[in-house]
Amino acid sequence: MLLTATDIHKTFHTADGPFTVLRGVDLALEAGESLALTGESGSGKSTLLHLIGGLDTPDQGQIMINSADIAAMDDNGRAALRRGTVGVVFQQFNLIPSLRVADNIAFQSRLAGRDDPKWNADLADRMGLTAHLRKYPEQLSGGQQQRVAIARTLAPRPKLVLADEPTGNLDEATADDVMSLMLDLVADAGAGLLMVTHSIALAERLSRRVHLRAGQVAA
Amino acid sequence: MQLFTLLAGLALATALWSGVQAVNTEARASYDSAAATLGEAGYDQLVSGDDQPISLETYVALRRAGWLVSPVIEGQINGVRLIGIEPLTAPSSLGPVNLADGADIGAFLSGRGQVYGTVETLAALDVTGSVAPDLAPNVAYTDIGVAQRMLDRAGEVDLLIVAPDQPLRQLALREVAPNLIRRAAAAGSDVGKLTDSFHLNLTAFGLLSFAVGIFIVNGAIGLAFEQRRPVVRTLRALGVPLGALIGLIAVELMLMALLAGIIGVALGYVIAGMLLPGVAATLNGLYGASVAGTLQLRPSWWISGLAIALGGTALAATGALWQLSRMPLLAAAQPRAMAMAAGRRAKVQGGLAAILIIATLILAATAQGLIAGFAMLAALLIGAALGLPIILSAVLAFCANRARGVVGQWFWADTRQQLPGLSLALMALLLAMAANVGVSTMVSSFRLTFVGFLDQRLSSELYVTAADANQAAQITERIASEVDVILPIQSVTMPIASIPTEVFGTRIHDTYRDTWVLLDSLDLPWDQVASGEAILINEQLFRRAGLNVGDQVMLDAVPLTIVGVYGDYGNPIGQAVIGEDLFVKLYPDVGPLRFGVRVPEADVNRVRSILRDDVGIPDAQMINQAGIKAFSLDVFDRTFVVTTALNVLTLAVAAFAILMSLLTLATMRVPQLSPAWAVGMTRAELGRLEVIRAVLLALLTAVIALPLGLALAWALLAVVNVAAFGWQLPMYLFPWDYVRLFGFAVLAAAIASLWPAIRLARTPPAGLLKVFSNER
Repeated sequence: MLLTATDIHKTFHTADGPFTVLRGVDLALEAGESLALTGESGSGKSTLLHLIGGLDTPDQGQIMINSADIAAMDDNGRAALRRGTVGVVFQQFNLIPSLRVADNIAFQSRLAGRDDPKWNADLADRMGLTAHLRKYPEQLSGGQQQRVAIARTLAPRPKLVLADEPTGNLDEATADDVMSLMLDLVADAGAGLLMVTHSIALAERLSRRVHLRAGQVAA
Repeated sequence: MQLFTLLAGLALATALWSGVQAVNTEARASYDSAAATLGEAGYDQLVSGDDQPISLETYVALRRAGWLVSPVIEGQINGVRLIGIEPLTAPSSLGPVNLADGADIGAFLSGRGQVYGTVETLAALDVTGSVAPDLAPNVAYTDIGVAQRMLDRAGEVDLLIVAPDQPLRQLALREVAPNLIRRAAAAGSDVGKLTDSFHLNLTAFGLLSFAVGIFIVNGAIGLAFEQRRPVVRTLRALGVPLGALIGLIAVELMLMALLAGIIGVALGYVIAGMLLPGVAATLNGLYGASVAGTLQLRPSWWISGLAIALGGTALAATGALWQLSRMPLLAAAQPRAMAMAAGRRAKVQGGLAAILIIATLILAATAQGLIAGFAMLAALLIGAALGLPIILSAVLAFCANRARGVVGQWFWADTRQQLPGLSLALMALLLAMAANVGVSTMVSSFRLTFVGFLDQRLSSELYVTAADANQAAQITERIASEVDVILPIQSVTMPIASIPTEVFGTRIHDTYRDTWVLLDSLDLPWDQVASGEAILINEQLFRRAGLNVGDQVMLDAVPLTIVGVYGDYGNPIGQAVIGEDLFVKLYPDVGPLRFGVRVPEADVNRVRSILRDDVGIPDAQMINQAGIKAFSLDVFDRTFVVTTALNVLTLAVAAFAILMSLLTLATMRVPQLSPAWAVGMTRAELGRLEVIRAVLLALLTAVIALPLGLALAWALLAVVNVAAFGWQLPMYLFPWDYVRLFGFAVLAAAIASLWPAIRLARTPPAGLLKVFSNER
């Protein structure tokens, strides 16, 4: 099993008091499998994704990726996980504004020590970014920026790709185009894909779907 | 945070400015009261050519010959300068009786006398007089008869003030009183003129500190506007007129400026209170000017302090308000967009910097006088500050291109992107460091030269002062066989090239040949002086009279060739050296009362004993060389206490600017750092890089500040000093001082960046994740 999340709990402490987001979520994902995580706003989808990506830690429960327990890892361990094992695509693209497109694509794989310029060039080509490699992110359209973000995520060949509403900021045609490219590339790489989405149509393109309601997996 | 930055920056800027202005005003008030009461600099004076008191008979003879002169006597009692004047004959503005309200002229003139002074001065004299609060500290005035009695110098007069309007017919001074010399008004003794340069330096420092503070305010306002851009955009989209928005922001800023100004003036008062004793020591040490060591709260400070706070805020906010007024409604706050916009501004800024640096070079080649000197300094400093971001950007671009590692590449690119946000703080650091390098080079060069000068001037092991000519003769007679040589010290004040000059008659000896460093000379200058045909002059006379080596000057109708020029640091007036034989021939009545005694170090105490026991010279009249040097160096070191304090303050303000910039930037940095964290960098790593970034920028700034500081020192030594004092100082370099300053700058930057870096390293993941998610 590539990913196993068991009895995940998470509470945020806000000015208005504690706010429990996840209340005992269980989840599993095989290598090569794609899973859509759906649910209403505030149901805890993004939080669960962040916990699985090692961006945050659960208050309770266990997250195993490739048989490694994320909750037991320190900051350095989780950073290493993010560099090499997991790749995250965000809704807001979150590219590094000071680096050119080519450097953004190569950034994570170089950090992971797995830089493969040929693979990077191939990714850029398939994403239609070859003509934009020397540009800065802000010089690109939203769709182009999201393609750069996906290329960056796939460049180190992660075992697990996490995507948080990756097409949420894009128009329908661009979203469809970007989504197709991502699904093809993930399948080619044999990675697992966990995607948070509101879109039923998008969710139906993935192999499986899990719905969250009020911090729990809906029956 | 930004509110604090704004208030703190403005309050600090106002505090440093108003503090320095307060010190200046207080010191000037002290001179003014001294000048207003005696006004001695404003009138010609008759003084004795042989340093002897003027007799009552000479005074009476002059009055009878038609000379409208008024007698003055002065002396020290318990550290108070007691001045006795004769109000009925003194020029009207010299009258002391208008010093205090309700002054009683009858009492002033009557036998019991009336003494005027401040409460402290009267207490020091242990007399019950009239309190005149505007009088200079430690100066008291009374009728000449009372002063003569208090000083125990009946019938003596020290000088005669010459009224400006004299009768058309009067006998020549040479006929009535041949031993008297007429000293022109303000001839090298005008305290105000001498101290002007010092105050100009202080004002320049105050202005520099204010500029550094305004940089902080400008940075804070710029960042606040950047962060408010979405709100402004929304309000404008909802239909709020741009003019109303700008007006509201301007009013808000002015209210904050008013608050910061009040805090600043209060802080300035505290700073002035701390600096004033140092300034008083400096002015006493340098010029002998007496300044009260306490502050008076003057309403003008409040007005000028608040005005400068409001003006500074208006200046700092103009750019931001202008940008706001021209900002397209839908412009998004993109960091690289900011950087690109900054890039466009950089071209204009670069052009301005180039113009100012060219102006500096032109002024360096042509500048003469204080104003031109300070204009050159201003052009140099502003030009360099404007050019700094452009130079840094070029260096960072070069490093980014050369970087191999992924983190390195990102680090350089990210640092370059941060430059616009940090450039104002870095400019402040550049100015503060350059001022430090410049002023410390100047002071240290001054000190080194001064120590060398002391070695030159205090080459004798023992200095002895005789009470009278009789005792002087005894000294020479008694110890002549006991010591290597006795060097008499004798002088008269005579005009050379129409400039009053203290002329020394020197016994030419190897002591002078070996130790005196001549700035310019002909061959064998000392032998020529000994022959009685030549003269050495000091740099002040050389510059002021426009003389050159080889020129001929007349001294009491004797033609003398100038064979050398010597440095005479700290002396405001002209000085010259002629041979002893010529001096005795020209001024036979002036006998030496002071002697330098050359004697092996081991024999100094033995010679002292002989002089004490056999000639009756009290110990107080025998000073060994080491004592004088220590005293002189102490005076010197106290002289620059204020400069050092201001240096430290300016550097501290610059460090504060960096801290505030980093703290305000820190909140804007999260969206830029979160992606790097999300793809595998740790928070600690990012925190470390933030510190390295600040240190690196400080180091690069320091590297640029060094040549700038040295240029500043050169300008101070070669242009401003010559214009202010009449002599040029050699410039020395002090590498270890610069290394230490580099250390301080790096430390300041590291400390300033530590807090934001720790905050970043400790930012909970939720804080960083906010960038990525719109929901939970």
